[in-house]
Amino acid sequence: MATVVFKVGNDVSTDAIYPGRYMATVLPTETPQYCFADHKEFNEKLNKGEIPPGSVVVAGTNFGCGSSREQAASCLKGWGLIVVAKSIARIFLQNAINLGLQTIICPEIEAEVGDELEILPDKIINKTSGKTFAIIPHAPARQAIIDAGGLIPYARKKLLQERGAKA
Amino acid sequence: MGATLAEKIYGKAVGKAAVQPGDVIEPQVGLAMSHENAALVINQFKEIFKDTGLEPRVWDPDKIAIIFDHRVPAESAKTANNQKKIREFVAQQGIKKFHEIRGDEGGICHQILPENGYVRPGMIVVGTDSHTTTHGALGAVSWGIGATEMAAVWALGRVLNVEVPPTIKIIIEGELPPAVTPKDIILYIIGKLTAQGGNFRVFEFHGSTVKNMSTSGRLVLANMSVEAGATSGIFPPDEETERYLREEAGVTEPLDMLAPDPDAKYEKTVEIDASKLEPQVACPHMVDNVKPVSQVEGVKIDQIVIGSCTNGRLDDLAIAAKILEGKKVARNVRMLVFPASGRIYRQALQAGYIQTLMEAGAVVMNSGCGCCLGVHQGALADGEVALSTTNRNFKGRMGNPNAEVYLCSPATAAVSAITGVITDPRKGAY
Repeated sequence: MATVVFKVGNDVSTDAIYPGRYMATVLPTETPQYCFADHKEFNEKLNKGEIPPGSVVVAGTNFGCGSSREQAASCLKGWGLIVVAKSIARIFLQNAINLGLQTIICPEIEAEVGDELEILPDKIINKTSGKTFAIIPHAPARQAIIDAGGLIPYARKKLLQERGAKA
Repeated sequence: MGATLAEKIYGKAVGKAAVQPGDVIEPQVGLAMSHENAALVINQFKEIFKDTGLEPRVWDPDKIAIIFDHRVPAESAKTANNQKKIREFVAQQGIKKFHEIRGDEGGICHQILPENGYVRPGMIVVGTDSHTTTHGALGAVSWGIGATEMAAVWALGRVLNVEVPPTIKIIIEGELPPAVTPKDIILYIIGKLTAQGGNFRVFEFHGSTVKNMSTSGRLVLANMSVEAGATSGIFPPDEETERYLREEAGVTEPLDMLAPDPDAKYEKTVEIDASKLEPQVACPHMVDNVKPVSQVEGVKIDQIVIGSCTNGRLDDLAIAAKILEGKKVARNVRMLVFPASGRIYRQALQAGYIQTLMEAGAVVMNSGCGCCLGVHQGALADGEVALSTTNRNFKGRMGNPNAEVYLCSPATAAVSAITGVITDPRKGAY
């Protein structure tokens, strides 16, 4: 069971998830402190350790639009958060998959902060409201990277196949 | 069945005549661009090589470009250390398309790539910057990727697991009215299609307006295609593309002037009558919150910004200088100008634009992105309003979530600098 800890609307940009003024900080070990930095209440809860890993951020359409900054994915991943959104902008979605941030596209999702969600491979059951919502599975091209454990191990395997063979 | 331009270019990059939307491919990269976030790319690149016994070497140092532009000169020790780390990597790997913080060869990546002839028609270009869509203006398929994805490109020379996107054809016809510019066209398109209307799609631009548009204007349309969510925005290369590459970018090699097939299959077609357009303004806090300037006239402005990767080219500075010649920036307004590159800055100096703009009261900054994304120079105070020719107005974008950013053309920005309120450039000295 996963608890909804934060809810945002449509078109939440990477500037909202990870403000530009913190962009000189790049390492995934350092980015989580600035996650949703301008949403002070939520950011403080994260930094006080009050949000357990496996908690859910629920979003509307076009989540993660804007800049390609990978910090927006790594800061959410650092806290072990799961993103459930009605739709997700392309670059953010690819960054999330590459880094292993769990993202779920659920076009009809209805959930409020505090709701308990059961996340299944093809649907989400909101245990609080009793409603069920279908999930759009990730495209096979993206699922292959998820299954490999992220883009780094996926690319490493290809690299060994290519350069290892030449050596 | 015929192929769109992007389908042909993706096809060429995997050794086929064309590919279909939905195909999963690994296209060979012609140019891989990064800026200061190369610091993170370097980390991820070394991670890929970890425990492989292989020496971390990039696949082809001649196909990698690194440009310092996001925080130049460094605003903090942290940035300076990142830039130092990148310099060391560049030297070690033999990367030659490296643009330092310099007045002779530096500038903003999305101007440096075109003006140095790094981008050619038919090329696959990726960059760790969402506005990498810019380079579609020269007939390349060009898109923004994250740092880890770039690390994989540096290692392997191709983009892994690309799903070929469908193409939307955008036909723009008619002559632009006075004081209406390419920026107004793209703002109008974003307002019409919304910020997500192009998500996982390529925009292919056509029509008489586009045919008569300079490369500088096409770069604006391609640049902001991403603000409608598009993966790429692309212009079929033509005589103007060839003129720009030969005369302005010094390219001498043969060009691959690919064209879409007449029977290419588009997901949909959008038609725009440019002759009826008003100047447009994107209002806070979304790029698709676009209104004709007549509906937002009179909004009081604290800061005007002209420049950036969107509108910092010579013709943009020329419009601003023409409007501000002999005039003054309103007393309660700060006006900042960011030429898109050192070359453009020097051309503007020679043309007298810089003199004119400074005499009017503008502050002319070095080329850089910092103001647009709120990391360096030009931050807004609480409650302040900026009118800017940049490309994003998300809450917090110019360094302060308690401020507002409106987006417009250089003509609208320059006229409004004089009045201190958002002003219709058709009523000004334009």
